[in-house]
Amino acid sequence: MSTLTGTAGKVVSLEDAIGRVRDGMTVMSGGFMGCGNPHHLVAGLLEAGVRDLTLICTDASRTGYGVAQLVEQRRLRKLVASHVGLNPAVAAQMNAGELEVELVPQGTLAERIRAGGAGLGGVLTPTGLGTPVADGKPVIEVDGRAYLLERPIRADVALITGYRIDLLGNVWYRGTTRNFNTVMATAADLVIAEADHLVAVGTIPPEDVVTPGVLVDLIVEGDELS
Amino acid sequence: MTTVVDTPRPPLDKAQIREIIARRVARELEDGDFVNLGIGLPTEVPGYLPDGVQVILESENGIVRAGSCDSAQESPYVVNAGGRPASCLVGGAFIDSATSFGLIRGGHMDATVLGALQVDAEGNLANWIIPGKMVPGMGGAMDLVVGARRVIVAMEHTQKGVPKILRRCTLPLTAVACVDLIVTEMAVISVTDAGLVLTEINPAFTVQEVVSATEAALTVADPLVSML
Repeated sequence: MSTLTGTAGKVVSLEDAIGRVRDGMTVMSGGFMGCGNPHHLVAGLLEAGVRDLTLICTDASRTGYGVAQLVEQRRLRKLVASHVGLNPAVAAQMNAGELEVELVPQGTLAERIRAGGAGLGGVLTPTGLGTPVADGKPVIEVDGRAYLLERPIRADVALITGYRIDLLGNVWYRGTTRNFNTVMATAADLVIAEADHLVAVGTIPPEDVVTPGVLVDLIVEGDELS
Repeated sequence: MTTVVDTPRPPLDKAQIREIIARRVARELEDGDFVNLGIGLPTEVPGYLPDGVQVILESENGIVRAGSCDSAQESPYVVNAGGRPASCLVGGAFIDSATSFGLIRGGHMDATVLGALQVDAEGNLANWIIPGKMVPGMGGAMDLVVGARRVIVAMEHTQKGVPKILRRCTLPLTAVACVDLIVTEMAVISVTDAGLVLTEINPAFTVQEVVSATEAALTVADPLVSML
């Protein structure tokens, strides 16, 4: 009947959480143009000096905001994203041969991550057929229609964020912040969630839990964004 | 090979060009349509919807029934697909990216309107990369043009006089044979199995001017009506 006993173990300091991220790891981050990036966790990564990361995020955000800083401060070896146009540091480092960039259509990225987290061997999508995205990928026909086989994606660590997260890790998202956070919470060996507001278990009605706490390993307390 | 054509006469300024295109695209949308509008010019389309026509806007980062950005309060929690402050209208929903692209890819969207670098006679579209020059990425465009029931390209007819409507796209494609309709400041062109058909024209231009500004072959519809 206790709402808190035995659950506080997931809540750790920013330093302890980020201490689990090592050089060279593959890290996925929720967010779209910085909205839904886990801003404290990104700051923690920068502070800890972790480098040579592969970052999977739908975009590289915009100059100076959110995950953009990981590019700007040269912490990445590779970026997997659908859009990098509003962060000039990406093109600069890509052209200089300092950053490898894999561009993935946004819907395909979402489904590849979902597949990675859902135990699927990949997804079949018509997106990208006849384009450079299809290079080297099998085309499979189903009921007379052609699809590209896109492989699942997983990461060592997923960094997600929610507006309200309870001590069990159940997440409620505000506004458009859920974007890639929901699928990423399923597709990494370690899931670290940043809570704008850490709340008691039971505060979020079960019907409103979007990411169930069983997926979340560690919780770091953040604050209301402004 | 591309040919540089004369500057259209009378010259239209950028604002006029945008209005002509957005106003004409607006007439393609029907009341209740569920649509996704690309960044830039397409976002001006709702301002020209005829009386009695309302569309439901999707923002692919996760809004169904997105509101206007102009009135939106700045918040780190709600942005549109351009990363700008946005709102969700009463009756709308915030969704995750997998759900959003399920709506897009799954044929639930009546139309998408987006810009192009090149379109060709077979309806192939190129709008995401100029190798060696500009590599912004495809974002959601590849999914949108494959999944939306109708794909409307809204763009200037030429790039500073260089045709963008080509026999065959030279840039890497966004998708194959996906475009249904091309709306420019000069003309409305329909993509058919028999090639491109010039269905409407801006009376400020002659058919010859449109043909000269278009590398792909055009069949001129009869009757050819005004796009204004």
